[in-house]
Amino acid sequence: MSTNNWFYACKVSDVPANGGVCVKYGDEQIALFRFARRDAWYATQNLCPHKQQMALSRGMTGTQEGEPKIACPFHKKTFSLADGRCLSDDTECGITTYPVKVEEDLVYIGI
Amino acid sequence: MKIVIIGNGMVSYKFCEKIIAKAPAGTLEIVIFGEEPRPAYDRVHLSEFFSGKTADDLLLAPADWYTQNNIRLHLGDPVQQIDRVHKTVHSYKDITETYDYLIIATGSSAFVPPIPGVDKKGVFIYRTIEDLELMRDYAPKATRGVVIGGGLLGLEAAKALLDLGVSDTHVIEFAPRLMPRQIDDNGSRMLQHKLESLGLHIHTNKNTAAILGEDDTISALQFADDSILEANMLVISAGIKPRDELAKLCGLETGHRGGIVVNDQLQTTDPSIYAIGECALYNGMIYGLVAPGYEMAEVAATHITGEHKAFTGFDMSTKLKLIGVDVASFGDPFAPADTSRTIVFEDSMKGTYQRINISGDGKLLLGGILIGDAEAYNMLLQTTKNKIILPPNPEDLLLGARGGNTESGAGVMSLPDDALICSCESVSKGAICEAVEAGNETLNAVKKCTKAGTCCGGCVPMVKDLISGTMKAQGKYIRNVVCEHFAYSRQELFDLIRIKDIRSFDEALDHYGHGDGCEICKPVVASIMASLWNDMILEKGNDTVQDSNDRYLANIQKGGTYSVVPRIPGGEITPEKLLVIAQVGLKYNLYTKITGGQRIDLFGAHLSDLPFIWEELIAAGFESGHAYGKALRTVKSCVGSTWCRFGLHDSVSFAIRIEERYRGLRAPHKIKSAVSGCIRECAEAQSKDFGIIATDKGWNLYVGGNGGSKPQHAILLAADLDSDTCIRYIDRFLMFYIKTADPLTRTATWLNKLDGGINYLRNVVVNDSLGIAEQLDNEMQDLVDKYKCEWKEVVENPELRKRFNHFVNAPGDKDPTIKFDPLREQKRAAEWK
Repeated sequence: MSTNNWFYACKVSDVPANGGVCVKYGDEQIALFRFARRDAWYATQNLCPHKQQMALSRGMTGTQEGEPKIACPFHKKTFSLADGRCLSDDTECGITTYPVKVEEDLVYIGI
Repeated sequence: MKIVIIGNGMVSYKFCEKIIAKAPAGTLEIVIFGEEPRPAYDRVHLSEFFSGKTADDLLLAPADWYTQNNIRLHLGDPVQQIDRVHKTVHSYKDITETYDYLIIATGSSAFVPPIPGVDKKGVFIYRTIEDLELMRDYAPKATRGVVIGGGLLGLEAAKALLDLGVSDTHVIEFAPRLMPRQIDDNGSRMLQHKLESLGLHIHTNKNTAAILGEDDTISALQFADDSILEANMLVISAGIKPRDELAKLCGLETGHRGGIVVNDQLQTTDPSIYAIGECALYNGMIYGLVAPGYEMAEVAATHITGEHKAFTGFDMSTKLKLIGVDVASFGDPFAPADTSRTIVFEDSMKGTYQRINISGDGKLLLGGILIGDAEAYNMLLQTTKNKIILPPNPEDLLLGARGGNTESGAGVMSLPDDALICSCESVSKGAICEAVEAGNETLNAVKKCTKAGTCCGGCVPMVKDLISGTMKAQGKYIRNVVCEHFAYSRQELFDLIRIKDIRSFDEALDHYGHGDGCEICKPVVASIMASLWNDMILEKGNDTVQDSNDRYLANIQKGGTYSVVPRIPGGEITPEKLLVIAQVGLKYNLYTKITGGQRIDLFGAHLSDLPFIWEELIAAGFESGHAYGKALRTVKSCVGSTWCRFGLHDSVSFAIRIEERYRGLRAPHKIKSAVSGCIRECAEAQSKDFGIIATDKGWNLYVGGNGGSKPQHAILLAADLDSDTCIRYIDRFLMFYIKTADPLTRTATWLNKLDGGINYLRNVVVNDSLGIAEQLDNEMQDLVDKYKCEWKEVVENPELRKRFNHFVNAPGDKDPTIKFDPLREQKRAAEWK
């Protein structure tokens, strides 16, 4: 994932361990997830494509056979945080993912 | 190979799916002409269009599915002519296409009897989404709606009218009974009784003679017996008529009552033209259901790709829910008395009717009818189709299935390999077992691999039984494990977490699990810890493992706002407190509604407003109502002996005492309760997880009741109890349920599955047969003593409050995408897109 455009999202401690937050970027909303058990970070669009709800950041993180995923709080559709595809329904659209980097306790998302 | 398909309904779509899967990639060119303006949609679930589904929800595949699969789709463009000599079709919009193979899948249209006045305004047919849109636009003007036709489709249309708000709806049937082709007199009478009790008016033996009305608008129906029924909306659903006009035009053979004649490869009299679905006439019969249509699609696609498969007719067994009433008919529902024997169970209290027809020698099941409760349908159908030898007491087929015994798994495994389990997708038992043996050991994996259970979903319980049956047969120990991260059942995890004194999800994962957890195990572990320790659920890193509603201590609603429900114990509230709720509602612009549990729900709260709303409510003496939790919800009450002239005891005071005792108690699922002051049962206590009814000697305690989609009456656990004993028994009942139930299992389902049922439970709770009563009592008392209002804790804790913001980098800013629409004097969430 090569990107030149990193923007500052928040501090590490702003994001609950093994949970997500929603980051405002202009008019866009990006969901940021922190897997504290293995210090991994992921970012995706905040919009769940199923019913067009701004909700993924409030969803539940987890893994399916090792692949990180997020479950939407509305109807529990799950999406891969690795490549954004819908894991629970082949016909559902996928979601956009973004790279994340952490430098000295500050979290950046690449656009 | 170029294939042209005329028609784009469910069967046409299925044909595409099948032929794409069968033909080598890159060898196919498909062109579809559809008369309707949208791609194929789910006509079986058409009535859901009125209960909230949009036209898009009903689509079988989005428009880009066709592009991705290289299919040219011409919508709103019916074919006008087939030229068999040059092998071309010509469409309304002047497009000409050549074909190697032509598939006619034009389906059927509504049969409209030639009654004078059918062309009047206010008369509709019920067939397509466009028909439904016309009905929807007209319905607000209608006060009384009538449906002609008491068959399957007619009753669906009646449901549509009810969904549209036409509460005075009548059904007219020419025959002496409803659904004459599927069910017998007695079944029909039961169905009619049940539908009438739901508010539908039914007239049988009625022959409509004319539709009356001035200015070309319907105002009444006149019948052959000269009686008149006033009505301002009419839906005709008196049968179907195959769309065979194109076939007739080009000289293909058709039946004299309609339908394109096909052979057992679905070829018409022109071998390069096939007809499938409701327009095809096979062996003198039109198949007006979706499953045989899918089978035809499969056979035609197989034949075109050079393989051999024959259509040999199709079982017309069917199971459906009509206005909430189960109706099923299978095999030969009317087997005559001289060659067969019949067993009938009729329960006019519950409104169920079950009939099975058994061969004269008592060995085989020939068919039957189920009204009101069709749970046994799948098993009975398979027993009929596969000619399975019946047990010595064939009534066990009905009674056993009703009792929910554990036999059902073994029953499915005894079917032969070619038994059709999923009739929509025609998946056999053998195919499912093979998929399981190949390593697809979960329902989702089997669905993905075989497509079984993906259409109507009716076979899902059998598929589940086959998965566990196959795994057992392979010698695999089937454990009811939570998920891939924890190889334990809930009950095992409960004990482990208690013994090891585990207080956070991370600790549980370290000791007993692996990986990161998921949306299944996280809430299970969170619920177990809450039931055991009653710690604040948002602390110790446990906030992110709570189910979404628990995580924000509020119920997420359409659009992403939340609803707020303060506790109103027993439904008793002072005028002062009502004022506070009103002020909060006004200040935060909330939609307010009285709930079914005698409290007030405030909808449309922004995430960042929640702590402020609760701060005000708590200051006025309110506390959390736990409407968001798998926890005790409400204890409903009638007004009782303090005011009511019939009341035996003070039901409100007892309800408040109970609600305050168990408030905040977390369990495998939500728990509801009620107290009635006399046997008139105004609080509906028998529909609750535990319900209490006053008697002249004390209280009767009922347990295991349930409303919701599968209503069940609670069963009497103990009678004539004093208040303290009643509470002690509730303590034990609830603790025993919390410790032993599977995740997300209500008390009703738990009790149904409990070996020994209510007698066993009574022994544990009342007679202390396991010697654990004292332990249960102490554990419950411990939970009761530790109760704290979790909203109060959040309001007073700045770290916890911080989480109640939509944007991490713009705290306090609200989600700008949230939209409301005005509704009466209040507002509603904007509809899903």
